[in-house]
Amino acid sequence: MAECHPVGFQWVMEAKARGAKLVHVDPRFTRTSALADLHVPLRAGSDIAFLGGIVNHVLREEKYFRDYVVAYTNAPMILREDFRDTEDLDGVFSGLDREGRAYDPTSWQYEGVEVQAASGERDQQYERRIAESGRGEAHGSGGAAIGEGEPERDETLTHPRCVFQVLKRHYARYTPQMVERTCGVPQDVFQQVCQLVTENSGRDRTTAFAYAVGWTQHTIGVQYIRTAAVLQLLLGNIGRPGGGILALRGHASIQGSTDIPTLFNLLPGYIPMPHAHQHESLDKFVEAEAAHKGYWGGMRSYLVSLLKAYWGEAATAENDYCFDYLPRLTGSHSTYETVLAQQNGVCRGYFLYGENPAVGSANTKMQRLGMANLDWLVVRDFSLIESATWWKDGPEIETGELRTEDIATEVFFLPAAAHTEKDGSFTNTQRLLQWHHQAVEPAGDARSDLWFTFHLGRIIREKLAASTDEMDRPVLDLAWDYPTKGALAEPDAEAVLAEVSGRDADGRPLSAYTQLKDDGSTSCGCWIYCGVYADGVNQAARRKPGEQQNWVAGEWGWAWPANRRILYNRASADPEGRPWSERKALVWWDADQSRWTGHDIPDFPATTPPDYRPPAEAKAAEALSGTDPFVMQADGKGWLFAPAGLTDGPLPTHYEPQDSPFDNPLYRQQRNPVRQVLPALPDNRYQPSGSAPGSEVFPYVATTYRLTEHHTAGGMTRWQPYLAELQPAMFCEVSPLLAAERSLEHLGWATVVTARNVIEARVLVTDRMVPLIVQGRTLHQVGLPYHWGPNGYTTGDAANELVHLSLDPNTHIQETKALACDIRPGRRPRGPAAVELVREYRRRAGITDQTGTEI
Amino acid sequence: MQERPVDAPTPTAGRAPLDVAAAAGHRAHPPRVGFFTDTSICIGCKACEVACKEWNAVPEDGLELTGMSYDNTQGLGADSWRHVAFVEQKKSSGGAWATVDHRGVDVFAEAARLGTGAATEGGGIAPVAPDGRTELRWLMSSDVCKHCTRAGCLDVCPTGALFRTEFGTVVVQQDVCNGCGYCVPACPYGVIDQRKSDGRVWKCTLCYDRLGAGLEPACAKACPTDSIQFGPLDELRERAAERVRRLQDAGVPGARLYGHDPADGVGGDGAFFLLLDEPEVYGLPPDPVVTTRDLPAMWRHAAVAAVTLAAGMAACCVRRKR
Repeated sequence: MAECHPVGFQWVMEAKARGAKLVHVDPRFTRTSALADLHVPLRAGSDIAFLGGIVNHVLREEKYFRDYVVAYTNAPMILREDFRDTEDLDGVFSGLDREGRAYDPTSWQYEGVEVQAASGERDQQYERRIAESGRGEAHGSGGAAIGEGEPERDETLTHPRCVFQVLKRHYARYTPQMVERTCGVPQDVFQQVCQLVTENSGRDRTTAFAYAVGWTQHTIGVQYIRTAAVLQLLLGNIGRPGGGILALRGHASIQGSTDIPTLFNLLPGYIPMPHAHQHESLDKFVEAEAAHKGYWGGMRSYLVSLLKAYWGEAATAENDYCFDYLPRLTGSHSTYETVLAQQNGVCRGYFLYGENPAVGSANTKMQRLGMANLDWLVVRDFSLIESATWWKDGPEIETGELRTEDIATEVFFLPAAAHTEKDGSFTNTQRLLQWHHQAVEPAGDARSDLWFTFHLGRIIREKLAASTDEMDRPVLDLAWDYPTKGALAEPDAEAVLAEVSGRDADGRPLSAYTQLKDDGSTSCGCWIYCGVYADGVNQAARRKPGEQQNWVAGEWGWAWPANRRILYNRASADPEGRPWSERKALVWWDADQSRWTGHDIPDFPATTPPDYRPPAEAKAAEALSGTDPFVMQADGKGWLFAPAGLTDGPLPTHYEPQDSPFDNPLYRQQRNPVRQVLPALPDNRYQPSGSAPGSEVFPYVATTYRLTEHHTAGGMTRWQPYLAELQPAMFCEVSPLLAAERSLEHLGWATVVTARNVIEARVLVTDRMVPLIVQGRTLHQVGLPYHWGPNGYTTGDAANELVHLSLDPNTHIQETKALACDIRPGRRPRGPAAVELVREYRRRAGITDQTGTEI
Repeated sequence: MQERPVDAPTPTAGRAPLDVAAAAGHRAHPPRVGFFTDTSICIGCKACEVACKEWNAVPEDGLELTGMSYDNTQGLGADSWRHVAFVEQKKSSGGAWATVDHRGVDVFAEAARLGTGAATEGGGIAPVAPDGRTELRWLMSSDVCKHCTRAGCLDVCPTGALFRTEFGTVVVQQDVCNGCGYCVPACPYGVIDQRKSDGRVWKCTLCYDRLGAGLEPACAKACPTDSIQFGPLDELRERAAERVRRLQDAGVPGARLYGHDPADGVGGDGAFFLLLDEPEVYGLPPDPVVTTRDLPAMWRHAAVAAVTLAAGMAACCVRRKR
């Protein structure tokens, strides 16, 4: 966190100054470890085993917060009789379709809940494509829908099929000995962590977990975070001050770009993108996707208001508010599938807004080969990044695999304005929107993304104005009427914010999403952002200093939803509505006023008393009982066990990374059985793992990361002399023992090889890289910053050349944080010899297009 | 506190702190300001280095991978007015968990091996205990011009380019500096440095222009953890004394202040530090002494010598006349 989020880390330092203990779990000793009370090096790719070990400790030693667990989690829910755990099936759950590489989650449901019948006549292949497109992100603002009916509960938590007992059995094998074998963490260090976490959790104390892409970028990444969720729910650390699981986002507004998404399968506010055939009308879509209980019960209002924001006057009740104008999914269209579609000639044009896939995306060679097959490519960035020049000076030009004269892609480079040159908002990990004002006009031809998008749309609409083609109606009917200002005709960013925030039928600003209507009388560009422009005031621009308000600081910026600073904060009070402790009081039920009150804005229906029990026919927010704090969940409870919504299992389970030097010590099932394995094309070969022959060719584990001095793929930093001089060369970090084993010299060169590609890097030999004892043998890990590429003021090879395209099935994210590799002294070969070296490695490891693709 | 004794008493010892601005002729002047750099909360982000260069338009000075941990700046110089040192040590962290006694460790020997690569060669403290536990400490510290109470650079400057500001800081006037370079060996910390391209000397101005506008220096403004604190020197010294007491009470081994004492060889620094180890470990001199300290005595000795010589010569002449 100190490395990649130094500004946010100031609050960790402040907590530390007040007595907080800081534990850092990371394969490397980083600038965060330097300030931590305890650094725990572990094997990259083994976090579920580590966290699962803590879950087991909490259950075995009875350290869980029982009152919280019984009242607020799904621990008492009883599962169906046909559910089978990984304990029963040696590492897989019931419902696995081995042919289709997908789970049917029906058996994961609660007893007594009727699973929704699959509507219509959908063929098997279509079902599979839907499953592939994944729905993990669609629950970014809460859980998945579950079926109708009241689940059976056992509040004694003793029923053999209740979630609590299933959980206990599932994690029983995650013992300290197993943690040591799997993660390389000595048992007493592990016990120390268990003690710190459990002693600091309960009525009076809370523990927070912060993570970043070290958890997400795995073939089982979503389940890493789920393990933390299970642990935090057991300890009662969710919805309470000082608790939670904090996603440290990789860019200034990455949270904002999932809220109002750049993701293919989402609409703003985490409303799923409709699928072709499956979602043919607005009502059918809402019926299929919306939960019947909780705030997702209002999905029709959110969606209709969104459609009104998109198409304004053209959206009417008669035409289903232009629901048909929305594009439809026909499967997964994630970044990496788009690359394959480019290579297959299906995807012909590509916009890159401040993105440098030729350096920053996994398997950069595949990225460049995809772009080489486009008709056109638009790159908007500050500098001539690698993604704009690969056609003349990329690595494949050097190796002879591509020739400039053969590439037909027309590449447009358009200079972009920086955040200091435009108005706009950042949404941070706390869901906090903070407005930034333009300081200077952009220089030269540089323009903001807002300017580019607005004027591109305006010109396209002008060109299509005379069209009578039905296909052009969605573009022509758009409400595309933003005011512009200044000599550059810059669209007014506050006008966009006002549209996102929402208006009533008379154009007055809305103040909360509870005001949204499903009859077309309100418009709102993103329901969770409703109210950010309440009273016609840019609430995100508020900067009242902390010392002038209470510790929640609700008047600094604006947080979604409804300016609530801590989600699910009903859980900070006990079932009767009293704070669990005075020390950790946040919101509580005020019986005199008959409403919820407190330091934060209650994330709960304000006047629903703790003893409220909904009538059977109640829907949406009215269906939440007074003790259902998890207002976005279909059952109002925190999910220890996920009965729906995940493609790869209801309980987190340790699987080895796609390419691993080790066998899975916990189960016979080696890898996540439903990971998304993209085709093993010649440049995307997978490696043998564990005891499979050829695995010894790649005996080390590489993990990629960022340095404080550079940002992601380097487009913002490698061209800056003041930053380039601080970290002037691509390097790899190795331990003195590995250096001795492979004859690597400090400051010399090393060559790193996988089945995909080969790179070179300068060598930093450091004690900060710690060899670990895993499964009885020494494991060396290789640290690879991924900022460099061949262009810019400081240059070097891109670590992402080495990465394969086996993905997390929920989020389609790549596995850059744990991959087996080899390292050898000296510079890499040049030209065609580089390709030949990789081929030789593949031959030695016996790699074919089948290797590593087994389920 | 493990303060090293200062060899010789200084002119300010035992007296009220010197009012440097008044001594330089500033009458109604603001309080003396400076930096307190608390290295125990430095995260090595180098925002200070970049903010300094941005504000003061200091040029980039070379893309060299040094291999000295994450320190590619190497030291203070004409083109680096802030420098974050990175010290990788094979000893346990300075946090409350530290129970290992390292008093027997030869820090000089350890420091001499910094950044020399395969550090486990030739023994030393093993980075990994036999049970796999790491015994590592990574110190980070942002160094800067000390703006000494008794500034040798200022004493020797023949042109008056170096001057004491009304804020008590020491600043070079670039339009007056003639590049003679006398100040360079006069600095006990090796801070002030000639820029190769033009021969003039450059160093931290404590953002004199920003101070005049009521702003804090760029580095302190940019520091995310408040490791670099700016303010009136008296307040900073009080804050630092409280901070070091707290760390020592918490059992942080080796926490000590450096450059805070008006009784030291430079009369106390305007920019002082909280360190977690011996100053040498960070590349700081243990007993800085203003290089012009002995000048009066030297002049006295020279005068005595001259008189003696003259007397001798006179005696010779008298003898010759005989």
